[in-house]
Amino acid sequence: MNDVPSIVVDQLVKRFGAFTAVNQVSFEIRSGEIFGLLGPNGSGKSTIIRMLCGLLTPSSGSATVVGFDVARQAEDVRRHIGYMSQKFSLYNDLTAIENLQFFAGLYGVKGRALDERIAWAIKMSGLAGSEQLLTGELSGGWKQRLALGCAVLHRPRVLFLDEPTAGVDPLSRRQFWELIHQMSREGVTILVTTHYMDEAEYCNRLALIDEGRIVEMGTPTEIKQTAVKGDLLLIECSPLGGGLAAIKQAPGVIDASVFGAALHVVVSAGRDPVTELPAFLAGHDVRVGRIEPISPSLEDAFVSLTGSRALSSEPPQ
Amino acid sequence: MFDRIWCMIVKEFLQLRRDKYARFRLIVPPILQMLIYGYAATFEVNRVQIAVMDFDHSQESRDLLSRFTFTGRFEVAKVLSNEHELKSLIGSSDIPMALKIEPGFAELLRKGQTAHLQVIVDGTNSNTALIAVGYVNQIANQFSQDYARDRLNQMMPALAATVPQISLEQRPWYNPDLNSQWFFVPGVIGSITLMMVVTLTAFAIVREREIGTLEQIMVTPIRPFELILGKTIPFFVVGLADVVLVAVVGTLWFQVPFRGNPLVLLLGVVLFLMSTLNVGLLISTLSSTQQQAFVLGFFFLNPAFTLSGFAFPITSMPKAMQMITYANPLRYFLVILRGTFLKGVGLGILWPQMLALALLTSVLLLASVARFHKSID
Ligand SMILES: Nc1ncnc2c1ncn2[C@@H]1O[C@H](COP(=O)(O)OP(=O)(O)O)[C@@H](O)[C@H]1O
Ligand SMILES: [Mg+2]
Repeated sequence: MNDVPSIVVDQLVKRFGAFTAVNQVSFEIRSGEIFGLLGPNGSGKSTIIRMLCGLLTPSSGSATVVGFDVARQAEDVRRHIGYMSQKFSLYNDLTAIENLQFFAGLYGVKGRALDERIAWAIKMSGLAGSEQLLTGELSGGWKQRLALGCAVLHRPRVLFLDEPTAGVDPLSRRQFWELIHQMSREGVTILVTTHYMDEAEYCNRLALIDEGRIVEMGTPTEIKQTAVKGDLLLIECSPLGGGLAAIKQAPGVIDASVFGAALHVVVSAGRDPVTELPAFLAGHDVRVGRIEPISPSLEDAFVSLTGSRALSSEPPQ
Repeated sequence: MFDRIWCMIVKEFLQLRRDKYARFRLIVPPILQMLIYGYAATFEVNRVQIAVMDFDHSQESRDLLSRFTFTGRFEVAKVLSNEHELKSLIGSSDIPMALKIEPGFAELLRKGQTAHLQVIVDGTNSNTALIAVGYVNQIANQFSQDYARDRLNQMMPALAATVPQISLEQRPWYNPDLNSQWFFVPGVIGSITLMMVVTLTAFAIVREREIGTLEQIMVTPIRPFELILGKTIPFFVVGLADVVLVAVVGTLWFQVPFRGNPLVLLLGVVLFLMSTLNVGLLISTLSSTQQQAFVLGFFFLNPAFTLSGFAFPITSMPKAMQMITYANPLRYFLVILRGTFLKGVGLGILWPQMLALALLTSVLLLASVARFHKSID
């Protein structure tokens, strides 16, 4: 990893009619860095990536990818990037190898390099022996790795991955992140979007994005530490809804929200909530099962930054 | 550059090879349509079932009625004896026409007065009715001419010999038997090609937009015109093969002559294909789903058939409609098809049509390229 920024985004705005999908977004990504855009559906992640790939023209602001302006030098940008769209689309009615050959042809990969890269992509995606299968017959994880292979046949310096692991089983997901880390070690800059919190932890740096704006940026650890101002508690209680309503009135409670079957509650530092809160809740006819301090997750950070719980809490194991 | 276009073409044919349904769609419906049109689409009216009511029972009335069956155009399906039967018959049966001769028909004729042949038709199928009534007219005219001459001959043979006669001698050029198949088969070639090429092209591009591969292709270094060529050349080839297929079936099966220069027709086909490919391309840039493409295609194809001169003559249309036909590629192609097939005329006569198709292609191409750039935004 070196310090030359590979992607520079400056005050980027995208409007669709009167609606602003991306609002004054700025960030820089160094070469070889894995940078994550984390945000709920509709927050503008795909729109940012599509502007950086030259698929959409920015309404205002500017961005460069490996030194080329995305609006004015889209063709130069395209020679250096790989892109896996949100649907990671391949031709289901072509075989794995035909898909690879097709994209290699479009990227102008020829001769020795062609055979070498296709062999590499097949090995990388674990498709050896299945190259002649129709892509439509492959499982989600294979398809996803094949799509990654198609996107990097030309050895791009920057890789854009838009929700690459959506709808893929957990094992394939881990294998996929292995591949991403390997590419990053080889110096490829990676911009990845996700709404899975655990995946965001794999990124070197993150931008939390909500309604088209960046609300926080930093390493996962930094974000968690700065975002949650106070101590975080997990409280299991019943009824859950009544508990949530009551605890918001409790002294010292900054914020509370439902996480799965329990509450996450932020209390100002220096109090003794483990004894105070059960007593308070008992006074409101709420029975407390378990109460313990926990360390904040990215989701807690997101909630405390945006006040919303729009992120998918589906636990990807 | 050629590498990338070639790459797109190879991919398209690989997909076509896998797609059994697409192959079926390319071969069977065109041939089927050719056969259906060839047999069903005809302006001739033959063996019309008629009912007759002869209340005169004279030599003359029998003579007149027998002339109807004699031509083969009509068949007497029923002989009626009163009017009541007629009412229920015309409304409810397959007999669309009845002829009625009142008592005293022969009497009037012998006195040299006007006698009436009453024709009752079911007007719900106005086309058939009109044509059949035309035939009735012809037969009745012939009868009265013959009758007049016979009478004159009997009464004043000397004068009869000096009465001049005009006899209508039909000599339709290019289609001496006025065979409707000759007229329709070239038209069918044009319409089938138009439908196939427009829908195939539009659907192929929109499908890629739907599944997302179009976006994946657009982030490669491919240029818009390479993408457009790569996506249209395969359908040009397919369209050309379809024209040949339909034309061969049409000419061999229906014995339609080909009198012109194949190269002139080929030029026409190439220009026509290019214009229809561009219509498909334009539709694809205006639709984000196959459903939308289908609806747009329908909105284009329907008027394109009606306003082409395929079945309804353009010269009989209102002026405004006639103006619209100038933007219709099928209009020009039909002239080229009929010109080369039936008339055997060459570029000396067909150049305006060729030029019009070329112009239309350029305009459509500019429009779709402009749209293609924008369509992603
Ligand atoms: N082409 C478009 N036209 C109009 N609105 C759009 C378009 N693309 C995206 N949007 C809107 O912009 C917002 C952000 O979308 P997107 O970038 O896809 O979000 P994300 O990828 O974070 O789920 C959404 O509200 C979406 O409806
Ligand atoms: Mg998205």
